[in-house]
Amino acid sequence: MSTTRVEKDVKWIDEPKLGLFENLYLPIVFDGLKTTISHLFTRKVTESYPEQEPTMVPNYRGVHRLNRDTEGRTKCVACYMCATACPAHCIDIVAAPAPADWVGREKYPETFVIDELRCIYCGMCEEACPVDAIELTTLYDLTGLSREQLIFDKEKLLSVYDQTVKAGTDPVRTQSGNLGPASDTAQAGVPKA
Amino acid sequence: MPTVFVNDKPVEIGTRKLNCVQAAELAGTEVPHYCWHPELSVVASCRMCLVEVGELKDGKVTMQPKVVPGCQTPVKDGTVIVTGDYAKRDQNVAPLSYDANYKPADRAKKSQADTLEGLLINHPLDCPVCDKAGECKLQDYSYQFGRSESRMIDVKNTPANKPGLSSKITLFTDRCILCTRCVRFTREISGTAELLVVGRGHHEEIDVFPGRPLENKLSGNVVDLCPVGALGSKDFLYTQRVWYLKTTDNVCSGCSTGCSVHTDTNKDIVYRLRARPNPDAQGHFICDEGRWGYHFTNSPDRFTKPLTKTDGKFSHTPYAEMFPKLKADIVAAVKADAASVVVVLSPFLTVEEAFQWATAAKSWDKGVRLALGPVPMVGVDDSYPKDVKGNPVAPAKFVIRAEKCPNRLGVEMVLQHFQGSVTPFAGIGATTAVVFVGGYPEPVTAEALTGVVLPDLLVVQDLFTSPLAKAAKYLLPGTSNFEKDGTFLNHAGYAQTFARAANPPKEVRSELQVACDLAGKRGLAQASAVRKDLAKTFPALAALAEPKAAAKGAARLELQTV
Repeated sequence: MSTTRVEKDVKWIDEPKLGLFENLYLPIVFDGLKTTISHLFTRKVTESYPEQEPTMVPNYRGVHRLNRDTEGRTKCVACYMCATACPAHCIDIVAAPAPADWVGREKYPETFVIDELRCIYCGMCEEACPVDAIELTTLYDLTGLSREQLIFDKEKLLSVYDQTVKAGTDPVRTQSGNLGPASDTAQAGVPKA
Repeated sequence: MPTVFVNDKPVEIGTRKLNCVQAAELAGTEVPHYCWHPELSVVASCRMCLVEVGELKDGKVTMQPKVVPGCQTPVKDGTVIVTGDYAKRDQNVAPLSYDANYKPADRAKKSQADTLEGLLINHPLDCPVCDKAGECKLQDYSYQFGRSESRMIDVKNTPANKPGLSSKITLFTDRCILCTRCVRFTREISGTAELLVVGRGHHEEIDVFPGRPLENKLSGNVVDLCPVGALGSKDFLYTQRVWYLKTTDNVCSGCSTGCSVHTDTNKDIVYRLRARPNPDAQGHFICDEGRWGYHFTNSPDRFTKPLTKTDGKFSHTPYAEMFPKLKADIVAAVKADAASVVVVLSPFLTVEEAFQWATAAKSWDKGVRLALGPVPMVGVDDSYPKDVKGNPVAPAKFVIRAEKCPNRLGVEMVLQHFQGSVTPFAGIGATTAVVFVGGYPEPVTAEALTGVVLPDLLVVQDLFTSPLAKAAKYLLPGTSNFEKDGTFLNHAGYAQTFARAANPPKEVRSELQVACDLAGKRGLAQASAVRKDLAKTFPALAALAEPKAAAKGAARLELQTV
């Protein structure tokens, strides 16, 4: 039953017959050479990594960073939205009441750890973040000598922020749209309580 | 039979005095509400439960022209209630004959949305940092009945937080929706009346009198009562997001009231206890002692390994090594003189555990004696509400009992069955071997041991170190009430079966398992199987054989003496 059906569905095509022109081969060879030679005169696109480092597209999803607010504090309010959204369960947060001198802040992450090896770089965390505190940067060359080195803590993630800000490679998502009220407060450090 | 129509669905209310919210609940329709609580007086201040009410007379419905608060409106025969959820009504029920111009639920629905908008005017919408997020009625109702965007353009009120409200409770003033449940609780249930509303209009705030913080033994209930995240327990603050928690129905082991509780755990760590409404046990509330008394189960000081004492020093011995020796020792002692071997069962054991241990002891020899472990008593029964001078007012709405153990009656019942009488721990007399099955959250004190001569062969299963544990030859780690599944009989003989909320530490075998192991019963101990035996042995507990009835707490022991 199945064989007949397959036979019915298959359309047989015969190989085209080669004429004299095709049998000469040389025209085709020259045609290929023309393409090759034309590339000698076009702009070079090969990047000689690692001597030459590429500039990634701004929406590339690389290493995470934890953003700082205008006062240099971490923007993160330890709401666990990223940890909840994370399909790889690579984010571990321990929340605590914010230090007394953090005006307008009630809760902050005492520790914030991302296992960069577990992460699948899907970007769900930055999508879930209500205060735009976590973002994926364009840093792609993530290497380390041990697994422990690639478990990034809060300080490391904040240093990624400093590094990317200094290098002027802010992700495209930063300030891209209207932020929620929680973000505005955290950002501007508006006294709330 | 008086019949009320909720969204066209007839429901018989019998002789009960119900309001529209309750009547709707009977019909399976939820009327959203914040300020109304079955145990508190009605104030109808939140306006969330607005419904349309009418009357069915001679087959014709006359609706009132305005919406009314459901919590404040009693129902009678023929009352017609139309809630905002009219569109989700049971389509199989024939609609009532409303007036042609009347559009059911139009007004109720608009009222609900308007009420929510009003409540959210000054609400900070800081759900990311709010501990209530995930179980917040404001979130739930906004999602179900509210609008998705705020039209508020003015600056919101931002009153200062009040962490000094109580040593255990903090107030996020800006999140409060002034339902005054907490205020009414302190006035009507605890009677201590610490909380009040200060200010007027949009500047109303919950507060305490200067120098009189919210400190009473029931204060934690205001956190449960708060429908939003305004009142927070400092104990739980920022420790977990609620959606990570697994809720298990459990029974508090703090005193013989045996309050029904919800135990919230994550990865076998208990994070929070909440009151589980159960009119047969304690009502809607629990005391602070029970609410925040779970910390012992997470304590790092707990015994986690079986230990054997050799030359005065405890060393870790795996069960497989320990049990043959332990059993040989006991068998030798039983052979020498069975009556001088005593198994002490603490009032913290479940009925199943006590039954299994008694069975195990009697399987060694009929002469082995059983005794009841020390029963911790602290002060006298503390009943609420209190009057202004702190004296209890009748009728009591909540009682914290002096007997600080959950299951004295249950264990006594088992002891009665096996040997006809209950021997207290102090009266065990001369012994050659004692097996002490504890599970005391507070270690057994030296006072409880006065008059008791402990033999060399002392087997102790307990949670924490104590003079008794130090004297043991074999020391087994015990489990807390959150780590087992079983039945407690409270002060009134009311049997409540509960489930295990957390797993005990890795190397801990439950009391039930140890009893089975020592009785030579092989395999994994199952409390449900023991419960079936119990149901056969004790006619009063026959209902426990049915798992569903057991979970509901259907059995009640007929008390011989009160």
